Amino acid sequence: MQDMIRRYGPGLTLIICLLVAFWLVMLVIVPNITLLEQSFRPYLPVAEIGGPRDTYSLGNYMKVLDGTVEKSLLGISFTIPVHVYTFFLTIFYSILVTFICFLLAYPLAYYLAKIVSPKSLPTLLLMLFIPLWVSEVLRAFAWWIILAFKGPLNAMLLGIGLIDAPIRWTNMGYTGVVVGLIYTYVLFMLFPLYNAVQSLDTNQIEAAEDLGAPWWKIHWKIVLPHSKPGIASGSVMVFMLSAGSLLVPSILGSTTSQWFTQTIDQWFKDALDWNTASAYAFLLLILCTLFVTVALKLFRVRLSDIAK
Amino acid sequence: MHKFRLGLSHLYMGLFLLYLLLPLVVMSGAAFNDSKLPSIVPWKGWTTMWFSEMIADQRMMVAFRNTLLVAVAVAVLAIVVGTAAAILVNSISGRLRTALYGMMISTILIPGVVIGISTMIMWTKLGNAIGTDFILFKPGLHLSVLGQVSYIAAMVMLLVLARLQSFDAGLEEAALDLGASHAQVMRRILLPHLYPAIGAGAAVAFFQSIENFNVTQFTRGGADTLTVYVFSKVRSGITPTINALAFLLICITLVLAAVYEVNRRRRARAEAARLAQARRAEAEEGIGAA
Repeated sequence: MQDMIRRYGPGLTLIICLLVAFWLVMLVIVPNITLLEQSFRPYLPVAEIGGPRDTYSLGNYMKVLDGTVEKSLLGISFTIPVHVYTFFLTIFYSILVTFICFLLAYPLAYYLAKIVSPKSLPTLLLMLFIPLWVSEVLRAFAWWIILAFKGPLNAMLLGIGLIDAPIRWTNMGYTGVVVGLIYTYVLFMLFPLYNAVQSLDTNQIEAAEDLGAPWWKIHWKIVLPHSKPGIASGSVMVFMLSAGSLLVPSILGSTTSQWFTQTIDQWFKDALDWNTASAYAFLLLILCTLFVTVALKLFRVRLSDIAK
Repeated sequence: MHKFRLGLSHLYMGLFLLYLLLPLVVMSGAAFNDSKLPSIVPWKGWTTMWFSEMIADQRMMVAFRNTLLVAVAVAVLAIVVGTAAAILVNSISGRLRTALYGMMISTILIPGVVIGISTMIMWTKLGNAIGTDFILFKPGLHLSVLGQVSYIAAMVMLLVLARLQSFDAGLEEAALDLGASHAQVMRRILLPHLYPAIGAGAAVAFFQSIENFNVTQFTRGGADTLTVYVFSKVRSGITPTINALAFLLICITLVLAAVYEVNRRRRARAEAARLAQARRAEAEEGIGAA
């Protein structure tokens, strides 16, 4: 800090500090504290706000437990509150999306980092970047067209005789959502993985080859362990984006696929109950924080490594 | 590497590119299909009707203008705040640095839904507390801007911070010793070094803002941005005008990508030529010395 004042003078240093303070205090800390505070208040008519009934309670969080539904898993049937059910399904499918993204991206990351000729690499990377520049809503919309009942996918499958009747893709539980999320976010897995694999010394791979290691063992023992930081940041990115996505589940979801963000959106926009929406949003925040912490611990990576 | 596996990996790369790009082709193709629903099958003949309908769509044009305004505002605010944050983080150390840096990074990981709701609630509550009707405290796109800046600034900060690593602080010392004012050191020495990162940051911020849906959806009040507009269209009676828009956006992206690629190749060639010349000169010198 002393150093800064010496270089840029007290005036500029003050401006810099004020700008950062504005960002962190007014745009991050205070909004989140307000969100937390609001989430404990009941939803009241305007006239009663600040009145005797406006007291703190866990009421909004308890709403998660309202309205149970009967479900069965592996032959065991049980009742579960519908929002808790949504919450767990969101986590489950987000993890599934993350895992599939990893499976899709890993061979490609290895290919880009170690196999492709350095001359064509920039061109390939640029081509991979193109879908990223086309906005998320349009990418989801593209799959809405493809998966439509009378859409090209059904037409193609019918054409080659793989199916006899068109399939309602967007009405098969979470199928549409998962397909859309993978397409939208797979690149967020690819680039961190590519960076990680690229930093591996190719000599190590060649040495293993010379010593007679089979290809799968090279990946299992050398490449995968080395790319742990990349796997961690890719997984965190894809999971957070998937679990927090509102667009893709809304566009590609079916009547039976509810995403936790959609529940929050309904409290906020349809029920106009901002307080319960805050409570639910806070639950989502806790979930994401937990996931990041666990992922970082598992892969023994620090938060600052993720950002690279 | 084994021939067969090498072939397989090339094939995989090709299939993956196809997987990424084909949906965009399908979406663009539907813009030219003379069908009320956006699809490429059944093909009912070529038409450019959807483009003229798009231009006639007033709401879409307003949404387009809004998107650009928001994106420019976000880019400007994010580079100012992000650059300041990078300079600050770079010149402190120890616990304080770790804490500040961690907090900045974590904003990228906050779900957009949370940012949107919290921004909306805080500013409207603040407005109620002060008891003002001032526009800043009402829902609207300006709140979307603030919400988006809260995490996009962190991306700019990372880019600028990376650039600061290659900065030689001795230059600032020299300038100060030679009698430069603090403002001059900032404007003439530090900022010019950071311009490439700031430029990249502005581009990232601009595109991130155009992409943004979650924050905007919760803070926008009644105003539309393109993303929100397209979203509402997909849910309620969609027409291929959206495809016409998508086609145009994809074309712009492709043109930008092509320009970038041509420039890169030219630079690479120039670099190669320069290296070759240097090597020739060296060789000649060697002959001369001998």
